[in-house]
Amino acid sequence: MDLFANLAIGFEVALSPMTLILAVVGCFLGTIIGALPGLGPSNGVAILIPITFTMGLDATAALVLLTSVYYGAMYGGRISSILLNIPGDEPAMMTTLDGYPMAKNGRAGDALVISGVASFVGAFLATVALALVAPYLARIAYKFGPAEYFALYALAFATLGGMASNNQAKSALASFIGLGIALIGIDNNSGFTRFTGGNLHLADGIDFLVAIVGLFAVSEVFFFIESHGKGSAVGVVLGKVTVPWREIWSTRWTMLRSSAVGFVAGVLPGAGASLGSFMTYMMEKSIAGKQGGFGTGVAKGVAAPEAGNNAAAGGALVPMLTLGVPGSGTTAVLLAVLMTLNITPGPTLFADRPDVVWGLIAALLIANFVLLAMNVPMVKVFVRILQVPPAILLPGVTMISFVGIYSLSGSYFDLLLMVGFGVMGYIFRKMDIPTVPVILGILLGYQMENNLRHAMTLSGGEWTYLLSSPISIGLWIAAALGFIAPMFLRRFLRKPQMVTD
Amino acid sequence: MNKTLKVLLTSAALTFTAGSAFATECIAPANPGGGWDFTCRQIGKILFDIGLVSDPVQVTNMAGAGGGLAFAHVVNERNTDEDLIVAASSATTTRLAQNAFGGMTADQVRFVGAIGADPGVIVVAADSPFQTLTDLVEAIKADPGSVAFAGGSAAGGFDHMKPLQVLKAAGFSDITSVKYIGVDGGADAITQTIGGFTQAMTGDMSEIVGFINSGEVRALAVLTEERVPGFDQIPTAIEQGYDVVAVNWRGLYVPKGISDEAFNAWGEKLAAVAASAEWQEAMAANGLAPFTKVGGDFQSWIDQVVADTVELSKEIGVIQ
Repeated sequence: MDLFANLAIGFEVALSPMTLILAVVGCFLGTIIGALPGLGPSNGVAILIPITFTMGLDATAALVLLTSVYYGAMYGGRISSILLNIPGDEPAMMTTLDGYPMAKNGRAGDALVISGVASFVGAFLATVALALVAPYLARIAYKFGPAEYFALYALAFATLGGMASNNQAKSALASFIGLGIALIGIDNNSGFTRFTGGNLHLADGIDFLVAIVGLFAVSEVFFFIESHGKGSAVGVVLGKVTVPWREIWSTRWTMLRSSAVGFVAGVLPGAGASLGSFMTYMMEKSIAGKQGGFGTGVAKGVAAPEAGNNAAAGGALVPMLTLGVPGSGTTAVLLAVLMTLNITPGPTLFADRPDVVWGLIAALLIANFVLLAMNVPMVKVFVRILQVPPAILLPGVTMISFVGIYSLSGSYFDLLLMVGFGVMGYIFRKMDIPTVPVILGILLGYQMENNLRHAMTLSGGEWTYLLSSPISIGLWIAAALGFIAPMFLRRFLRKPQMVTD
Repeated sequence: MNKTLKVLLTSAALTFTAGSAFATECIAPANPGGGWDFTCRQIGKILFDIGLVSDPVQVTNMAGAGGGLAFAHVVNERNTDEDLIVAASSATTTRLAQNAFGGMTADQVRFVGAIGADPGVIVVAADSPFQTLTDLVEAIKADPGSVAFAGGSAAGGFDHMKPLQVLKAAGFSDITSVKYIGVDGGADAITQTIGGFTQAMTGDMSEIVGFINSGEVRALAVLTEERVPGFDQIPTAIEQGYDVVAVNWRGLYVPKGISDEAFNAWGEKLAAVAASAEWQEAMAANGLAPFTKVGGDFQSWIDQVVADTVELSKEIGVIQ
């Protein structure tokens, strides 16, 4: 078997004491970075890049450290989602939907354990899949042209309507506000700036991290100020952590399905972990039906997005390694590291540098077990970091949000913008308008517009081009069903009121 | 309070990399991952490795406005900082020429030099009917709508200019009818071309190395004066009868207000980096061709490139 021979090379590289220490350190730092709102995997990895160079690490060691941070952050993101109702990073957004209600019901420990195990299953299966099928799966990217991507993004928005709120119109409004914000900046197809008012800071558009931190973390602070700390989201107590074996077993199919879907979402460039967790949550919600109780704090509701986003994190490595096309923000940063280390990712990387690729894969497998140990038996260590009184924690969150955002661009302007988004988030939540679609709009708007305009350029303005392949037709049908179906279903079932909005 | 301390320490540890004020700083005017980031990190690393600077060079990523934010920052706030270098490339001069930096111009900083260039290339999928650059040019002349180009820069950017320059050299004047889509980077552009969504890809050599070696694409032309060492099978546009040279140079600029001694010192350091074995190796691994121009020679070359870009940009309507 080629695979085992390759893995043997990999483990030979990965099992050196130095590499193991780096994996453990990376996992630990990653979990903290993921858990702290505002610091996500991409800025976490970006911040650590200079350290790997000053330490003089070789290519494999540097990659092991940084990908451990990456995986760790994907695990850690759920902790603040569940305990604080603030996603630690953007893919953990969906975990708030059931994780926080579970925590409010006094089952924070169960939620953390179930999501930890789900993260492990997702990440582990994705890593195995990465090893098995990467060279073949990477070719999916060749099937996706502008029309297919546009349909994919349309699907994301259409299905969002049924998810984020009880009111489809409010979701649609929020989506369009997000898409509108995404229009700000240089128009990629003409080179002219739009809606910037001549401000250079706006020329690149609005960074979605600024929006996320503003809408989630800063608006949370405003709510806290308003309530003087009473009834705030913060302060869920974590009791004794036990392992709810039966519940974990009951989510086995959810985890497996979500891992598969998340992995595929991760492989698609531009889709990434956020779409992965979103799609898996929606899928499981529709499979479970109204008895499923999604949104009220059920085990499957935390297992699905966590398995999904961790699998997507592994999947995102596939196009990065095999095509040099990053599948997510973090893999874009990792790509930068590879290039700096004189490794050119591309179709020949698996043949040219087997030590790097297989060493990385072996290290990821090891990191997964380390992370499982850290995030299930030792989860309390990380929880304690978050379990300080709100009066101290929220200023801390604010500070870290400010530092995190400032470290992204080194620009005070983004800080003002972030506060602006905080005010917007506060107002929206008061008006019961969901904020998740706004973020999805900002996140995907640029790509969605670009792909539509590329499709129009290629076809000479012929709209039928958007429906010219079986893949795009399938995606459009799914999008239409996803938007319309909830309107009819709503007559029969009243959705449980979401805690987020 | 102990826990607060932990939070504080964590954030302090994470921001520690802000570093001291005395080390040389290299600003990469983009997020990690692109050519500018590569330039800063490689030059920074080599400067330290061969002992030209005493502390490791600190790389600051200052993304924004396609390099415009960093440019404004240098002009307005760091105009006399002698410990500052900034990564630059053809994209810098293209945008300066197209007035994309909010009215700022190329003479507001000093260009130190270029120490390598990524040759421009035009490639097609391996199963494409186009065997030579002439096949492609003739197909466009016959029906401009039949060929779409994908490239890693926005419309009007450097990648867009390359095929237009070739077409102009071929006597084709209706260049606004040529289809171009600007995707996110060269690899993406290749993916679209291999997938058959576009007929040709315009980009840099470094972006296509892996795909050339795997046999998935065929390079029709490289836009250099001579064939590129290591890629001798790829003909130049010039030898196919189209007099076009377009290379994406990698180099540095420094603030305008520094002393001539400091400026010359940077020129010498850059030349030393260019001559180092480590840089030769980095160039080879990243598909860069040797292209060393330092000092006054470089400045006059930059002026010419800016003038040419202004002319072509006016023709395609990117600027008035």
